[in-house]
Amino acid sequence: MGKKMQVSLTVNGEVHEVLAEPRELLIHTLREKLGITGPHIGCETSHCGACTVDMNGRSVKACTVFVAQADGAEITTIEGLGGPDGLHVLQRMFREHHGLQCGYCTPGMITRAHRLLQENPQPTEEEVRFGMAGNLCRCTGYQNIVKAIMAAAAEMNAKEAAE
Amino acid sequence: MIPSAFEYHRPGDLASAIGLLTDHGDEARVIAGGHSLIPMMKLRMAAVGHLVDLQAVAELKGITVEGGRVTIGAMVTQAELIGHEGLARAVPLLREAALQIADPQVRYVGTVGGNVANGDPGNDMPGLMQCLGASFTLVGPGGTREVAARGFYHGLYATERADDEILTRITLPVAAGGYAYEKQKRKIGDYATAAAAVLLTKSGGKVASASIATTNLSDVPVWSEAAAAALVGSDCGAAAVKAAVAAMLGDIDPQKDNRGPIEFKRHVAGVILGRAIARAWARA
Repeated sequence: MGKKMQVSLTVNGEVHEVLAEPRELLIHTLREKLGITGPHIGCETSHCGACTVDMNGRSVKACTVFVAQADGAEITTIEGLGGPDGLHVLQRMFREHHGLQCGYCTPGMITRAHRLLQENPQPTEEEVRFGMAGNLCRCTGYQNIVKAIMAAAAEMNAKEAAE
Repeated sequence: MIPSAFEYHRPGDLASAIGLLTDHGDEARVIAGGHSLIPMMKLRMAAVGHLVDLQAVAELKGITVEGGRVTIGAMVTQAELIGHEGLARAVPLLREAALQIADPQVRYVGTVGGNVANGDPGNDMPGLMQCLGASFTLVGPGGTREVAARGFYHGLYATERADDEILTRITLPVAAGGYAYEKQKRKIGDYATAAAAVLLTKSGGKVASASIATTNLSDVPVWSEAAAAALVGSDCGAAAVKAAVAAMLGDIDPQKDNRGPIEFKRHVAGVILGRAIARAWARA
């Protein structure tokens, strides 16, 4: 057993103090200690992107981050995207355009897509595909995932223009 | 997929980081983005007693482009490198190549310094830095030294860097002329089956200068002087490209692995170098 350390994580706006071995992977801390089970464990080898969370404004694979490295970080998971008034526009568009089948990759997909649209609010289809290349889906063939993200971008831009 | 236990350190400056390496000797490893090291630790192919996280060391950050020289801090991420407009104007080859590394999530975290210092032949930056004539700054308890990228790699995971040294920054000249990084990979996120970096300048319709390096075609990156020499003075036509490819094939030593047999890798190496030269020439 390694020595435990005190780690402070701000997850979806809430500060958590956890006692953990530094070797614990962030995905395990989130799921097992904090009960935040939106980010999934897919491959556990940094390929599939199911564990994607937003850490300090960057999309990261939480299976390839030690909790010690995340000490002091601001983290957003799928649980932090929807507002009290319901689903986030990306969530609505994934539902509307059938951007999921089994749903296992969806939290990672949406969390990644959210950061992509923050950085590039009007992406082309090619940019969406390139920007989502770190997230694998074994069901959909990606067509409807791309459609959902394009539709979400259009709605977010229309809303911004109206304001 | 749980690594063995380690003690975690997050020094706030370079001197403290080097102090930790000195204190803990063989037990200590630095971690930058960790996207090569953490998978190795999870597989228990790397055991680390003391993990020295460089994320808070400000001296290792930042990109400067000044007076024809470019300096890249070791902790600059691939995403920061891609996003830097001044660097993209000064050395467009780096952005073209970095966009072909892994996937967006990995590029947000993976660093340029980690990529060059790791010593894995699959990393893309070592060949690029050899092509560009870069040098690496190594800082250790005995002081600071500069090592040319072309002399840094000795073998698989064996580099010129001593265990108690930290690679702090990369310095390279602004690269004029045509450029290309051509990479063949099986899928997004995979290392190259074969990749080639090419820099060319043109004068009076002829190749005035050339630099060529390859990735993952030997246990170290290969800077092929013979391939470049085959192009210089030529019109970069089919015969010259064929000669350059033949020269490069004489310098590489690919091994059979799950990316294919040796004959296949040599074939792919020839095809990607031909494409890289054509693209660089069109931009020269």
